[in-house]
Amino acid sequence: MTTPEGNNPTLHNEHTPIKPITYVFVLAALVVLTLLNVGLAFLLPVGLIHGIFAVGIAVLEAMIVILFFMHIYWSSRLMMLTVGAGFFTFLVLVVMTMTDYTSRAWGLW
Amino acid sequence: MDSHSTTLSSHSAHSSAIEAQIEHAHHEHPAYLLHHFETVEQQKAASSFGMWLFLMQELMFFGGMFMAYLVYRAWYYPAFAAASNTLDWKIGTLNTIILLTSSFTMTLAVHYAEARKVKALANSILVTIILGIVFLGLKSTEYYSKFVEHHVPGANFSIEDFVTGHNTGMPPISADMAQHTQLFFSLYFAMTGMHALHMIIGIGILAFMYVKARGGAYTEGHTAPIDYASLYWHFVDVVWIFLFPLLYLINRHPVH
Repeated sequence: MTTPEGNNPTLHNEHTPIKPITYVFVLAALVVLTLLNVGLAFLLPVGLIHGIFAVGIAVLEAMIVILFFMHIYWSSRLMMLTVGAGFFTFLVLVVMTMTDYTSRAWGLW
Repeated sequence: MDSHSTTLSSHSAHSSAIEAQIEHAHHEHPAYLLHHFETVEQQKAASSFGMWLFLMQELMFFGGMFMAYLVYRAWYYPAFAAASNTLDWKIGTLNTIILLTSSFTMTLAVHYAEARKVKALANSILVTIILGIVFLGLKSTEYYSKFVEHHVPGANFSIEDFVTGHNTGMPPISADMAQHTQLFFSLYFAMTGMHALHMIIGIGILAFMYVKARGGAYTEGHTAPIDYASLYWHFVDVVWIFLFPLLYLINRHPVH
């Protein structure tokens, strides 16, 4: 344990004061990313490349909200792991479901 | 755990003083510290962990609908593209920005609760509620136009727009494929409807908290209810962050 909190199992860094200006920048970043996503919808042709960009930007926005608005960035490792595990589990379910669907209708995907 | 059992054994060592110690504990801890927690920090860590587990369960709930969308979009792509292009991306974009801004004001509420500013906290909650209501208002105008356009499955649905290509900005599709636009609209109403229901619940919780916050309930150190309402509100925002590009953007027909 190299952290100043030592072996305190709660490890909640609530004492780090976060200034409201930080949240203004976070909001600005989110709005810019949203507008970028809308712009790309009209610039890029419909297809896999655009799909990857659109969902990629959404993932980035979601991460910004979770990290800064939901304070995970300043939270304990346990909380980071919980959130990460939740999304990872969802991703596993998506991949496994898609594996099943694509392999049952081979050639149609 | 160790420290807990140590405390217990030290209590039993001074068995005669147990009641006095409990009495003492009641005096030195704030009223909101429940008896099965040792410290406020421990209580906060445990309850926010529980809140996150609830949110991860919510992720699975919405995830099922996202999964259905993914599969059906791949199967009936022309129907999904035609149906998606009837959605109003301008209202969608505006609503996304409104919702992001409401997340911002909700985060400010958490900040002001910790800073113990009653009026700023109450105002932040109020602005969040108003932005939430504006979002739902715009959403309801979108729903209304779907009824007018006969795009609501089970209500007055008609494939006319899709087989003729009118009002969709897309080439006409076959009647068979056009029937599958009902899948898009069913998922659209299920997903945005569930999202809206979550927002209505969130607005209800926030309205309750607004009244209590004005009485100074969360500005005396017990900020946890505000924290969890905030986490819930942000999570609903995260759901919309994914709904918006999937429903409104990825099937958008390019202008040129």
